[in-house]
Amino acid sequence: MSVTADKATTPPGGPARVDRRQWTRLLATASSRARGRLGLALTAVVVLIAALGPRFAPYSATQFVTTPFSRPSAHHLLGGDDLGRDVLSRLLAGGWVLLVMAVAATAIGLVLGTLAGVCAAYLRGRWDGIIMRTVDVILAFPTIVFALLLVSVVGPKLWLIVLAVGISHAPQVARVMRAATLEISERDFVKAVELWGIRSWTVMRSEVLPNLSSPLMVELGLRLTYSIVIISGLSFLGFSQPPPAPNWGLMINENRLGLVANPWSVVAPALLIALLTIGTNTFTDAVGRLAIGVGRGSEETAVVAGLAGAVMMGELQQFPLDEGVIEDPEGADNQEPAVD
Amino acid sequence: MTESTDLVVRLSVENLQVNLAGKDVDVVSEVSFSVAAGEVLGLVGESGSGKTTVAHAILGYARRGLEIAGGAVRLDGRDLLGLPPAELRRVRGASVAYVPQDPGSALNPVLRVGTQLREILTAHPGTVANVGDRVREVLAEVSLEATADMLRRYPHQLSGGQQQRVALATAFALRPSLLVLDEPTTGLDVTTQRHVLETVRDLCATYGVAGVYVSHDLAVVRELAQSVGVMYAGRVVEFGATDVIFNAPAHPYTARLLRAIPSVERSHVLEGIPGQPPRPGQRPAGCSFAARCPLVVDLCRQGPPPVVSVGQGVHLSRCVKAAEAILPPVQQALAGAARRADNADSGGLVVRDLRASYGDTEVLHGLDFQVAGQSCLAIVGESGSGKTTLARCLVGMHPKWRGEIAFGGQRIPQGVRARPPEARRALQYVFQNPYTSLNPRKTVEQLVEQPLGYFFNLSRNESHERVVKVLEDVALSTAFLRRYPDQLSGGERQRVAIARALVVEPDLLICDEVTSALDVSVQAVVIELLRDLQVRRKLMLVFITHNLSLVRAIGDQVVVMSEGRVVETGPTDDVLDRPRHEYTVRLVEDIPKIGAASGV
Repeated sequence: MSVTADKATTPPGGPARVDRRQWTRLLATASSRARGRLGLALTAVVVLIAALGPRFAPYSATQFVTTPFSRPSAHHLLGGDDLGRDVLSRLLAGGWVLLVMAVAATAIGLVLGTLAGVCAAYLRGRWDGIIMRTVDVILAFPTIVFALLLVSVVGPKLWLIVLAVGISHAPQVARVMRAATLEISERDFVKAVELWGIRSWTVMRSEVLPNLSSPLMVELGLRLTYSIVIISGLSFLGFSQPPPAPNWGLMINENRLGLVANPWSVVAPALLIALLTIGTNTFTDAVGRLAIGVGRGSEETAVVAGLAGAVMMGELQQFPLDEGVIEDPEGADNQEPAVD
Repeated sequence: MTESTDLVVRLSVENLQVNLAGKDVDVVSEVSFSVAAGEVLGLVGESGSGKTTVAHAILGYARRGLEIAGGAVRLDGRDLLGLPPAELRRVRGASVAYVPQDPGSALNPVLRVGTQLREILTAHPGTVANVGDRVREVLAEVSLEATADMLRRYPHQLSGGQQQRVALATAFALRPSLLVLDEPTTGLDVTTQRHVLETVRDLCATYGVAGVYVSHDLAVVRELAQSVGVMYAGRVVEFGATDVIFNAPAHPYTARLLRAIPSVERSHVLEGIPGQPPRPGQRPAGCSFAARCPLVVDLCRQGPPPVVSVGQGVHLSRCVKAAEAILPPVQQALAGAARRADNADSGGLVVRDLRASYGDTEVLHGLDFQVAGQSCLAIVGESGSGKTTLARCLVGMHPKWRGEIAFGGQRIPQGVRARPPEARRALQYVFQNPYTSLNPRKTVEQLVEQPLGYFFNLSRNESHERVVKVLEDVALSTAFLRRYPDQLSGGERQRVAIARALVVEPDLLICDEVTSALDVSVQAVVIELLRDLQVRRKLMLVFITHNLSLVRAIGDQVVVMSEGRVVETGPTDDVLDRPRHEYTVRLVEDIPKIGAASGV
């Protein structure tokens, strides 16, 4: 037969990229945008303060070194707190536990939620019903009340708070992952594998999961932001480390009486929590915008349809265009390696 | 290029150039042609050739990321590209109309047909005296009855053909002088397509409209257009009267394209065009087709080929060898070798009283047919005929069927899960769309190796060897092993999908419309490949298609399906040359024909 072997040239897109994992590419692209860079910078500043702070703390976080609510001075840059401890030292020492708890809660929420969502969507039928109704029940509990309930029964254990917050995240994650999995499991490549009679678990792990990285990244950022807010809120209420320990949420509560005397004792921890949530949220937003722009096929159809309508009505100039630059002309999206 | 006929030139496009926005990279350049009043120009080309970009540019529109960089589009002498935006808006709709590919998306789903038509007429006030009369008139022209019931319908209550007629009616409502159609019959079945094409031709002739019909389907263009422009890599490589282009193509690309087209009328081996067209920004200094051209000479690579006038009348070709561009004859010998490979029945495919339903609706009403093994069976039917359901029953994706399916003397259980691993291995399936059937996160090697891991217990080296060997069988070199699907062209992807099915050495390969997402030149390559593999590997091949023209090239036996029933079955040549069932007769008649003399 006259089938001609293709020449072994490099594809037009240039040499194969080394790293093909979608999530790293997504993060790299997001970090290169202004929005992503801002978010990353804010987050990094707060994380660095929390991580390296204890080493640079001028005083011990628990010793009484100055007068309560003393104003900032050369020796105590942010003044003293309600018991005369150094605010700066407590600030530098008080973020790490909060961060670790938020990350752990997020991880628990993501793992549980993804497991539930993917299973519900892929296995369908009975499993879908059981999992999603359970999710609905959990969703009916307000997070804070749920956590308070657990803590008041078992006692203020850190792992318990992490677990409570993690579990309360799972339903939202499950819903998003279920929707994404429903779409992916309809694709032909999943069916192709099913036709070999492969176990469902393997199909979910090797075919579905790798294609969920975009929604996962977005959920990760979103849940991390919520975790920070909820856990600092719980700390403020006293459900976290017991009092002598420094903690940003707790500091706000302890020092609120001296807000007028030494505003920094309240404003500084509040500011750090705010910067952290704004940072993670801004970065997530950058990732989310990219992730939504990933599916470019539907955009094409919409443009053509809109064009037809616009030409008919003679309104082409007002014709709205989607974001995202189409680099390849003439449906070459399908023909050639997508460069992105 | 100017038309030297007595007819009035309505549209003339001169040196049109479209660039990537902000860059000096041309997507389309040096495009010139003209269309006379009442005539239709067919603009043909494969995906990526720039035909849709040209169609949009004629409307003064460039897709985001592109910009019209030069040239003129004159409609009755007035340059549309030079008009101020407000003026251009007035022209569009009133004297320029556009019909897109998918009528379903062109019509507003929440507006009734009547409202939709009236809206266009009232948006350009003063053009029509009586709106109601014009609506009835224009609907009659597209063979729809303007009953109150029809006017009150929503687009989703119409069939695909009716939707396209309404879209045509809206286009013709204001009596434009230019109509641009972008593959408006893709997705319609052949009978509906024929009616729509006739309507377009008649209306253009009646109202002196210049039509530009963009299509990848050369057979459709042959039926409809008076002149043809063949596009390749952003340029018109050949332009001339339809008959001349099809009977005596002067550009090697046109000639090869014609050979790649399957046809119902004649039995021949399809000849694909290996390679891919260059992308914008990577086009060579010389002829863009040089890398794939069988007649290439050094001169081709040195500079852009001149536009040469060939023969009598207007016939232009962008080729240095236009005058003597004659390809070697089609390899006829292969046809004989490939076709007569059927041998004694060694366990064929038997389907008895197969009934399948979705919910309470039965979609297959008792299918019966029997085909000898190690041959190629083509299953043909229009959309809704149940051919895909049949394929899904065969592979076990649709487990709710009754009746009997046996292959190689063994009855096959309903669903995939009920089948023993051996049966699942023996029967492999290739999906229609290679853009969705390969996991984008896996390399070619991982994709092809995957089924081996499930069906065999092989060492790493053994399975790697098998993967390399099967890729060789589908004409892909080892350089492809580490590539990801998005680095492959459509044809390459489909070959990977075929390799993935073949690597487990199946006895029955089911191909569901595997070429419908591919260009004709690539389709021909894939068909050749399947034919060749079927013979060499002694496979039984079931090829499901809506395209009757492909059947000649691939099928030994054919089963014609309609509305969930088998209407005719038999050897391919018998069925196509002497169809007995009226449905088959109509199907064969309605297919657009390329014409007898394209042997070049």
